[in-house]
Amino acid sequence: MTVAVDDAGPAVAVAAAPTSAQRARSARRRLRWWKEAGALGVAVLVLIWTLVPVYNIFMVALESKGDVFTDTIWPSQPSAESFWIVITQGYWYLEHFWHQFGNSVYIGVGTVFFTLAIGSLASFAIGRMRIRYGWVLSNAALLTYVIPASFLAIPFYRIMQIYGLTNNLWSVIAAEVTFATPYAIFIFQQYGTSIPIELDEAARIDGASPFQVYWKIYLPLMAPALVAVGTYALLLAWNEYLYQFLLLSSKQSMSVPVALAQFLNSDEAPWNYMMATAIVYAIPPVAIYYVFRRRMSAGLTMGGVKG
Amino acid sequence: MSTDTLEGAGLLVRPRPPLLGRMWRGGLQGSEWTWAIAFTVPYIALFLAFVAYPVAFGAWLGRDPSLYFELAEDPIFQRTIVNTILYVGIAVNLKMFGALLLSGFFMRRGWWVKGLLLVFVLPWAMPALPAFISIHWMLNGEWGLFNNFLFNVFGIEGPGWLDTSRWLALGAVITSHIWKWMPFWTVILLAGRMAIPQELYEAAEVDGATGLTRFTHVTFPLLANLYLVCTLLSTIFTLGDFNSVYFVSGGGPALSTHVLATLGIRDAFEVARPELGVATVLTALPLMIPLVLILMRKLRTTEVTL
Repeated sequence: MTVAVDDAGPAVAVAAAPTSAQRARSARRRLRWWKEAGALGVAVLVLIWTLVPVYNIFMVALESKGDVFTDTIWPSQPSAESFWIVITQGYWYLEHFWHQFGNSVYIGVGTVFFTLAIGSLASFAIGRMRIRYGWVLSNAALLTYVIPASFLAIPFYRIMQIYGLTNNLWSVIAAEVTFATPYAIFIFQQYGTSIPIELDEAARIDGASPFQVYWKIYLPLMAPALVAVGTYALLLAWNEYLYQFLLLSSKQSMSVPVALAQFLNSDEAPWNYMMATAIVYAIPPVAIYYVFRRRMSAGLTMGGVKG
Repeated sequence: MSTDTLEGAGLLVRPRPPLLGRMWRGGLQGSEWTWAIAFTVPYIALFLAFVAYPVAFGAWLGRDPSLYFELAEDPIFQRTIVNTILYVGIAVNLKMFGALLLSGFFMRRGWWVKGLLLVFVLPWAMPALPAFISIHWMLNGEWGLFNNFLFNVFGIEGPGWLDTSRWLALGAVITSHIWKWMPFWTVILLAGRMAIPQELYEAAEVDGATGLTRFTHVTFPLLANLYLVCTLLSTIFTLGDFNSVYFVSGGGPALSTHVLATLGIRDAFEVARPELGVATVLTALPLMIPLVLILMRKLRTTEVTL
């Protein structure tokens, strides 16, 4: 624990009352010490609060099957057996694990591509070309952003049934793109205001078509926003559960979260395998989040407190 | 059109040539219209096919008034309404207030505070499903970590948190939701705090503001709008939160902790009555519509980006 002693304070030049000055200083020092101690206490509480469920997941994953149903609070004989089972697909819920992992990747990549494409094209038309009814589109996006996805799930599922797209990864991609694009348009429009419109005009004078302006000027300058939104879309698609659960039910079409939740169907679930699967599923998004954290927060902090 | 003459004109007329300005700013001409339409068609198609159509279809499914009478008489639904109000009211306010306090804490300097922030955002960074499954098992009455800890350390036999009492289960769900989402709002409010110019605090300090007065007279007035927008957004997101309830308590014990989002899905898919499911969700409209209207106005003017 550090007690800051560099606080010289205003040098009390009056020699008349050295004792009161000293006392004031030591009181201030003591207050500071209490503040540091309080902060440390808060830190410890925050740490425990945050990490207990995370600890639990690792603990169960490292236990052997017999250990799961005991009253221990740490694995008595930690083993990586569960992880091995997941990697080698050695349990019948995990038969197609890597195939399902591939499905999740496919959904993620598809979602990122279409979110970026549709979002940037629309924002270019609204923000740069200033089409007349652009505000209608912005409002449509904003409205979609504030409708909870779970409230739309029932009619969405019925519609996908009508289209014959259940158990098809594209139905999930459609759902994720629907809910990621409004955010994309939101961020792109805001970020776009920082790019001078004169660039577009100059290119126009040189005879560039709108598509060339979009492709050669707009997109390269929007790169930071594209990275931020792309990461957001990827995480959304990877983490989302409800739509994937409703739309994908065959073993071949399932994504990882759906396969993971299957464990809950059986009465005697092998919790250690389930937690190991959960960890393998959680690692990619967590890693991506920490790598792209700074770039994502560029979008988060823009205009923080305005008005 | 010839590029050369336009460029020449641009050189001649020094302050922005009005003709050139009009090309992008005023209206679009000729082939530009075609391009503009081509650029917006994908989004319009997406919106019509996957937002407008489901919304209209949902409204059509839930059009029969008798569904709502049926719901009103259903004790499970009545409990669900109470749960939803408690869940949203308590979870949102505790979460936002905690986020407000913690964002102040994370303003502190020092490497370990930054490190702690990285750990603290972990619940938000990880997918909801593993987190809630872990909490679900942790609160298992017989073999869960929580009760094992109580027994090993204090010798107390803990209750079955999720399968004995409605209020324990609902409390667990609310706590889990706060655990998962408080980091996100803390980061947002932290960004808001960081955007407050330091000079304001220095000026306030000269005027003798310290500690609490600093907060009430400088920080809070500047954060109030952001805090309000975040609370409203969080209310909507929490209202639509399916995962916390579904995976932590699963609506149990005895269907007593459902909220509208999970009961709607249950009615539609487990009970196989989509109309009833849609009607369940639609009963949230009286709360949703004013929230959405206020939010759309606020979000357009305040540039809060989430």
